Amino acid sequence: MQVSYKQPDEQGYYGEFGGAYIPEMLYPNVEELRENYLNIIADPAFQKEYQLLLKDYAGRPTPLYWAARLSEKYGTHVYLKREDLCHTGAHKVNNTIGQILVAERLGKKRIIAETGAGQHGVATATVCALKGLECIVYMGEKDIERQAPNVARMKMLGATVVPAKSGSKTLKDATNEAIRDWINNPNDTFYIIGSVVGPHPYPDMVARFQSVISKEIRTQLAEKIGTELPRAVIACVGGGSNAAGTFYHFLDEPSVGIYAVEAAGCGIDTHMSAAATQLGKPGILHGSKSFLMQTADGQVEEPYSISAGLDYPGIGPMHAHLFVTGRGTFLNATDQEALDAAFELAKLEGIIPALESAHALAALNKVSFAKDDHVVVCLSGRGDKDMETYMKAMGAGA
Amino acid sequence: MSRLKDVFAKKEKNVLNVYCTAGFPQVNSTLPVMEALQESGADIIELGMPYSDPLADGEVIQNSSTIALQGGMTLSLLFEQLKPMRERIHVPVVLMGYMNPVLQYGFEKFCADAAAVGVDGLILPDLPPFEFETTYKTIVEQYGLSFIFLVTPETSEARVRKLDALSSGFLYAVSSSSTTGNEKEFSAVEQYLERLKNYGLNNPILVGFGIKDQDTFSRACNYANGAIIGSAYIKALEGQPDLAAATRHFIKKVLG
Repeated sequence: MQVSYKQPDEQGYYGEFGGAYIPEMLYPNVEELRENYLNIIADPAFQKEYQLLLKDYAGRPTPLYWAARLSEKYGTHVYLKREDLCHTGAHKVNNTIGQILVAERLGKKRIIAETGAGQHGVATATVCALKGLECIVYMGEKDIERQAPNVARMKMLGATVVPAKSGSKTLKDATNEAIRDWINNPNDTFYIIGSVVGPHPYPDMVARFQSVISKEIRTQLAEKIGTELPRAVIACVGGGSNAAGTFYHFLDEPSVGIYAVEAAGCGIDTHMSAAATQLGKPGILHGSKSFLMQTADGQVEEPYSISAGLDYPGIGPMHAHLFVTGRGTFLNATDQEALDAAFELAKLEGIIPALESAHALAALNKVSFAKDDHVVVCLSGRGDKDMETYMKAMGAGA
Repeated sequence: MSRLKDVFAKKEKNVLNVYCTAGFPQVNSTLPVMEALQESGADIIELGMPYSDPLADGEVIQNSSTIALQGGMTLSLLFEQLKPMRERIHVPVVLMGYMNPVLQYGFEKFCADAAAVGVDGLILPDLPPFEFETTYKTIVEQYGLSFIFLVTPETSEARVRKLDALSSGFLYAVSSSSTTGNEKEFSAVEQYLERLKNYGLNNPILVGFGIKDQDTFSRACNYANGAIIGSAYIKALEGQPDLAAATRHFIKKVLG
């Protein structure tokens, strides 16, 4: 029985979503992880090393910044959780530090990962360099083109970047290739999944590692305003790892609104979108049951978003559960709305956000909050990697 | 006696199961390819239901699926194509594919339609035993279908026995931990097949993955009841104008 929105049941289900739909070839790897991850994470020696690396290496706690001009504009108190200030430029490193320590304790020597925008790839390459482990990152051919700076960073960090050439040549296909690699290398290889997707226990494990975000928000809000609970927390959702981390310690606090923002791409009805809850239905991809964009015949549809990190046809099972139960409010923002929000943040606050995070910021235009409300937006990553897209937008007269 | 049981009752050794993708190489070539396989000596036909994201398969089968999907193959069309199957095909036919298309079609409707056209069994590699036992087993049984689980060299003895108990028709022994079409040294897996043989399981064992020619087929048959060929046959069909001739040529090379 599931007792909390936070955690799945023993079989990895959040309500009707989750599970471990994997071929037998993956069973030993996933089972080894399932049997060990909770004990490993709970081990004081693990926690000591993890917390120290979060603090001294990743740069945690990240600031919770009261954005004065943004607050003035939207007539409410807007706080930005500055995950963009983490080492490697996004929240992804919270998870890769955790998983590399798990991999080390399981005696794995070779690390594989998938990446969309490249943020998870960079975060994985970084911790592999830190631990001296071999690192192979699968990345869609199309994403390799549009995220060139991150590809260069991964290579400089010693990782091998393997282009995924099948299907839509984006994150979904990079994930397929990484899973195939894992099937072919069952003994020495650990798969560091970058979002709250995949077979159980990945969604739970990744959510736990990212939950440091909401843990810090509670402490920081208490210091700033005398209460741990904001009116709302807002985050973008592709697979949904920064959202899972931002929501985690508020999920069982009914007074806190949970807002998830998906990528609408060119618009929900344009067939150029990645808003899985709006356009998808329950289905199975990459090892778990969740919301999935698919044809009537059950073929996975190719998503689209200007942001490579949100260009994924599904969402994590925890989010699917939040959606169907109504615990979470799911919004979506188009490419243009995200671009507008990014330029607005740059001009008002002097912060250039990642395109993914810009989707979360766009929610401020879609929901009205009261003057005395305190609203936290997760600024999941910084926009350096997206400068080419931003330059194009400026060239187009933005 | 069911067609699958019949095959193994008549033939303890050297059972040849050949995989083909429905709708490949042409959307309407499903039945002609199956006929060619039957005439060339295949004892069982494993018919792949094309899926956009076939995790357990390699590049060759994924590409064949992509071509089939681009040609317009769907599960509805497949069942339509298979309506006259039993007028022409007498060997057992096993459908292989992934859970998502089956779920969208409706699991029970899928089983009903498969049984109605004369399909004998199902292989759904991403449906794990827990979900099978708790949700789907009774439906599969209700329609008289066999369900075939995979085991690998990494599967423990206890789990092999559990998967054997849940399977009917045969047990699919993946020759090595890999996706289909992967070339690995075959001798490395002979010990594992010997181990499986010594368990004295309920189901006959067919070896799959890495079987591509007479040598690998006969070596697999030394330790099991037969073997499954997939990627190598799909490769043999690529770009061939005469599918029947290509099939005959390929199967002849395997059977010697």
